[in-house]
Amino acid sequence: MGNSFEKFRKNDVYLIVILIVIGIAGLILMQAVKKQGGTVVVKVDGKVYKELKLSENQTVEIVNDKGNKNILEIKDGKVDMTYADCNNQVCVNHKKIMYNGETIICMPNDVIVEIHSDDDSNVDAVAR
Amino acid sequence: MKKVALYGMYVTLAFVFSYIEHVIMPVNGIPGIKLGLANVVVVTALYIHGVRTGMFVNIVRIILAGLLFGNLFGIIYSMAGGMTSFIVMVIMKKTDRFSIKGVSVTGGVMHNIAQIAVAAVMLKTKAVFSYLPVLIIAGTIMGVLVGVISSFVVPAVKKYENI
Ligand SMILES: [Zn+2]
Repeated sequence: MGNSFEKFRKNDVYLIVILIVIGIAGLILMQAVKKQGGTVVVKVDGKVYKELKLSENQTVEIVNDKGNKNILEIKDGKVDMTYADCNNQVCVNHKKIMYNGETIICMPNDVIVEIHSDDDSNVDAVAR
Repeated sequence: MKKVALYGMYVTLAFVFSYIEHVIMPVNGIPGIKLGLANVVVVTALYIHGVRTGMFVNIVRIILAGLLFGNLFGIIYSMAGGMTSFIVMVIMKKTDRFSIKGVSVTGGVMHNIAQIAVAAVMLKTKAVFSYLPVLIIAGTIMGVLVGVISSFVVPAVKKYENI
């Protein structure tokens, strides 16, 4: 009876505050450990396709097994997906990346672009 | 017979919301991570008709939306997010310590966390976890919105069905 609008309960408020604090703390933490990456790792179908230097300006064409194409541009230490023949264009609309740990993902073409610090990429090279 | 019409209505509504979400850009370029508007319908079904109906609406919506404007990957993502979020919401509701808003906030956040986890496995990269803070905040805000809308919709639908 008379249950028109259920009010926020105390526990709801605690929950919301805790989640927002966790999120903001995560953002601050990530900002603190952020450092300029050294290597751009391109993975296609889960495997390393190419490793590029972030410091060298270049344009790279990425073609996967099915013949789908992406074009990646590295310019002034920033990485941008400038072209993709995928259906959602999420990767093309993604902002430019430059920091360690940042990624651009093209899900339809199974292309991942990751920025690694130079130390990480050595590990990758060994693992490969 | 009335039940069939009701289920149809819920699924249709959830489907329309899914479509709207499909048109809006996914957050941060990770496909599959959507705003969760369709959750209003799922939450409403859960609160009015219980776990079974809520689950039914959830599953049918995900499969329909996936078949019509997604692909298999999309369905896997949506299923992971939708199922995890639903199960956690059922548990939260059972505790009876939270209102519909607290329940839907948990659902929104769990939805995003589950999808990140699936993305990490499928893309074989842990780099996607860097999206987590943003997605926790986004999931919380969206969950509040869904909860507030649902808290109006639930009594309205209940009233309508009693007539
Ligand atoms: Zn793409």
